[in-house]
Amino acid sequence: MEAINNLLGGSAVPDVLFYVFAALTLLCGVLVVANPFSRNPVTSAMFLVLTIISMAGLFVLLHAFFLAAVQIIVYAGAVIVLFLFVIMLLDLKEEQRRKIKMFGFVGGLVSVGAIVVISLKALGTTNPGANLPAPQLEGGTNALGQLLFKQYVLPFEVVSVLLLVAMVGVILLSKKDLK
Amino acid sequence: MQVGLEHYLVVSFLLFALGLLGVVMRRNLLVIYMSLELMLNAANLALVSFSRFNDKLDGQVLVFFIITVAAAEVAVGLALIVALYRKRQTAHVEDLTSMKL
Repeated sequence: MEAINNLLGGSAVPDVLFYVFAALTLLCGVLVVANPFSRNPVTSAMFLVLTIISMAGLFVLLHAFFLAAVQIIVYAGAVIVLFLFVIMLLDLKEEQRRKIKMFGFVGGLVSVGAIVVISLKALGTTNPGANLPAPQLEGGTNALGQLLFKQYVLPFEVVSVLLLVAMVGVILLSKKDLK
Repeated sequence: MQVGLEHYLVVSFLLFALGLLGVVMRRNLLVIYMSLELMLNAANLALVSFSRFNDKLDGQVLVFFIITVAAAEVAVGLALIVALYRKRQTAHVEDLTSMKL
């Protein structure tokens, strides 16, 4: 933690690291969605891992150390393994033969481009980061735990109920004879 | 130029757009699910950067909850996909048209 803080203390290094991690995140995100070389879902899952890990790097640059660790453990660990297990269970050889429809591609590109333009315009006009002081916040485990177990105890307990419900639902859904 | 809130928000927007593009464009249910995860992650990035630059930890607590809900959502969704595959032998949205008029 001390070493990271020292590294992040300088002004030039975090900026360069931001550009590196942002470029990695976006590049791997593109390769998840539209990989020109492979249409295999396993490739998409692997690039999703890379996206998530570089996003954890962005979280470290934002001094959210606990969330960076959780991101890697929960997403890159649990969620991706779940994805890979399901890909293994299903037989997805067929996917590579199918073409992406031109209409879907162009329509998707146009609508998504419009949304990007609108949101960037909105960002340019509102300019939310203009008058903010230099950030001091540290998202360490201690501070986050204090907040989570004092102010946010009730949501925390509700989330545990949600996880229980999800677990029961998954067990019921994966029974052999679904009624 | 100093990296500020806007830079992180631009990355978040672009990542969200990528996820949306995947949902619109791809026809495989699993890849659509991965694109949904990308969109959730973009929202997380925006929340963490707002939290950092406004000096409030509440945003990070919200991200913590979002990660939990996303994990539950993935588990249920993938179980649904497996159940669907057992019944229809496909994970392709174009083959799942029984609700079409």
